[in-house]
Amino acid sequence: MIALDELLGRVRELDRRELAQWVENRWVLPEERGGAWLFHEVDVARVELILEIRHEFAIDDEALPLVLGLLDQVYGLRRQLRRLCDALASQPSEVQEAIRRALPPTR
Amino acid sequence: MATETPYQILGVKPAATADEIRKAYRKLAKQLHPDLNPGKPEAEARFKSVSAAYDLLSDPDKRARYDRGEIDETGAERPRYSYRPHAEGAEGWRYQPQGEMDLSDLEDLFAAYGSAGRGRRGSAGAGFEGFRARGPDRSFTMTVDFADAAKGDKKRLSLSPDEWLDVTIPAGIEDGQVLRLRGKGSPGFGGGEAGDALIEVHVAPHPLFKRDGNDVRIELPVSLGEAVLGGRIPVPTVTGPVTMTIPKGSDTGTVLRLRGKGIQRRANPGDQYVTLMVVIGQPTDPELAEFVEKWASSHSFDPRREMPS
Repeated sequence: MIALDELLGRVRELDRRELAQWVENRWVLPEERGGAWLFHEVDVARVELILEIRHEFAIDDEALPLVLGLLDQVYGLRRQLRRLCDALASQPSEVQEAIRRALPPTR
Repeated sequence: MATETPYQILGVKPAATADEIRKAYRKLAKQLHPDLNPGKPEAEARFKSVSAAYDLLSDPDKRARYDRGEIDETGAERPRYSYRPHAEGAEGWRYQPQGEMDLSDLEDLFAAYGSAGRGRRGSAGAGFEGFRARGPDRSFTMTVDFADAAKGDKKRLSLSPDEWLDVTIPAGIEDGQVLRLRGKGSPGFGGGEAGDALIEVHVAPHPLFKRDGNDVRIELPVSLGEAVLGGRIPVPTVTGPVTMTIPKGSDTGTVLRLRGKGIQRRANPGDQYVTLMVVIGQPTDPELAEFVEKWASSHSFDPRREMPS
């Protein structure tokens, strides 16, 4: 977990004012502690993601919330799917086999 | 910031075939060859970058790695961050959309997908009876203050308005350490034992305290008078402020030890090391200037004598 200045040092393309706007837009959700922002690794990766989406894929600030929203949904679903898989993996092999048989073919 | 891509340097499209790339390179190389452009350094520089670009793009392996972003235009490995492991890791829930269905409740899941959940005791689910299985683990993250991490603490982690975990933070926990609370994960199936709760603990950085193994270090500003004449001054520690004696004749960089005031491990607590930083305070004070002038005229001292020149 790092403070704002360390983040700005680590991600050179990042602009302080721009980041403040992203936090206000709730695109990045740093933890607030003692009146200062603290960035978790997931926040740092998200900042890099936003920079990449904007610069390399030329997505503007109008379309960015849509892209982030869709990504968050996909990752949310993947997290849930992983939980479901973990639960399935902890089942006895007979149960796993029964679920496998009950899965309809995909096409 | 925007450097030219090797495709732009050669003037070809990123989808260009190997043949097109070779033709583009030959044409440019002919125009820019140093032998044909004597005394034109810009042509030579251009020739070099064209050669480098062709070097990268003519090697199918390197070109593929460049296209995937694994190497940069000079062929150097590019460190790739990736959002996915973070999004799917323990911290990813922070960006999970609100109102996501809760998998812990299978009825919700069945409802979300319109499956006939009730049928699970029928033919398809007949194998369920009589099986026991351990419940899955659940992962959480929490952040604690530097001082709480140093001396240990009890924290309540709320999972929802009416569900929480009481977490004992062991003294000296490191940033990113994972605590396992046995049996606090999801319930088991068919009477099986519950899974564990895995709590990744983050330690917030502190403006004064820095951790050094089992010890804590801080820099403490002192006045010129305190440094020269000594004195007793309050110092913050992870367990609260204490009074420390500054010996007469201290200096910037003098390190004092407060025994047992570091990381509060029960068996062998660490120490706090205090590095003094002399602060003049009012360097423009005329009385001070007058005194220092008189003093310096009879005391020669070069603080930089040991600096390598």
